[in-house]
Amino acid sequence: MSSDHDHDHSHDHGHDHGQGPHPTREDDDLALSYGEAKFLALKGLLIEKGVITADEIRRRHEVNELGTPHQGARMVAKAWVDPGFKARVLKDAKAAAIELGIEVTEAELMAIENTPTCHNIIVCTLCSCYPRSLLGEPPAWYVSKAYRSRAVREPRKVLREFGLRFPEGVEVRVHDSNADLRYVVLPMRPPGTEAASEAELAALVSRDCLVGTALPGRNPA
Amino acid sequence: MSPEASRPYAPGTRVRIIDLKKPGHVRTPTYVREKVGTIDCFCGAFENPEERAYGRVGVGRIPLYRVRVMQRDLWTDYDGSDNDSLVLEVYHHWLQPA
Repeated sequence: MSSDHDHDHSHDHGHDHGQGPHPTREDDDLALSYGEAKFLALKGLLIEKGVITADEIRRRHEVNELGTPHQGARMVAKAWVDPGFKARVLKDAKAAAIELGIEVTEAELMAIENTPTCHNIIVCTLCSCYPRSLLGEPPAWYVSKAYRSRAVREPRKVLREFGLRFPEGVEVRVHDSNADLRYVVLPMRPPGTEAASEAELAALVSRDCLVGTALPGRNPA
Repeated sequence: MSPEASRPYAPGTRVRIIDLKKPGHVRTPTYVREKVGTIDCFCGAFENPEERAYGRVGVGRIPLYRVRVMQRDLWTDYDGSDNDSLVLEVYHHWLQPA
């Protein structure tokens, strides 16, 4: 609360929440879908038969939750300030991530570098492949059928909807993450950031920059 | 598999992505079938997902490539630059020299 607390309404309204119904959110105890029921039955059977323990499942969830866009941003910032590291990122991004203590559990991770003449964008048309151990769960739009079909068919239009426009001279290159590799975009360092620290640089790199639908330190137009 | 046998297609080679019309867990999207592109790089040898998806694990590895296709060759009415392209992963048995 700010010190200039000068709002002009009186303070005599009731704070006991006794007046009128409290806004509620609908409970989520709805009937299970077929897939949810099947999942719970399978999980129960695997635990019951001793194939896997509930504790192992919980620990796996914890590993899954370690992925966050900030890990990708750290890799990018380090690559911007350290040419040797950048070369290693482009050669083997998984090994480079491990250097930073980031445990990438996907089989292969490839970093794709944006250049003044080529902008890259990632999609998985067949499902929703995404470097989850690095970046966490993908955004809802990434797994939507609209993005998955349109990113390969009309990438420039999709990018414009994200606020990005590229002239004819810049190639827009779409990467379909359709099989064994996972991808992360290595964006270009924005001009005017020469004095920025590695942590300040990392703060410029949003999740969407790592998928190719945003540019660092730039708000959508 | 010897290194030579595992990478018969060198980067720059023109290839056609064929249509095997194979049912099941195939990883070659329909929109690239019968299209011609260029080998971008060899990615390594991987277990065939068309086998692995059905529990047949450890039956051997096959070469995987990244293939670059120009957008104008994918879509006749493509709205963009002539330089725009798409790169995707294709297993060796879905490719033929073009």
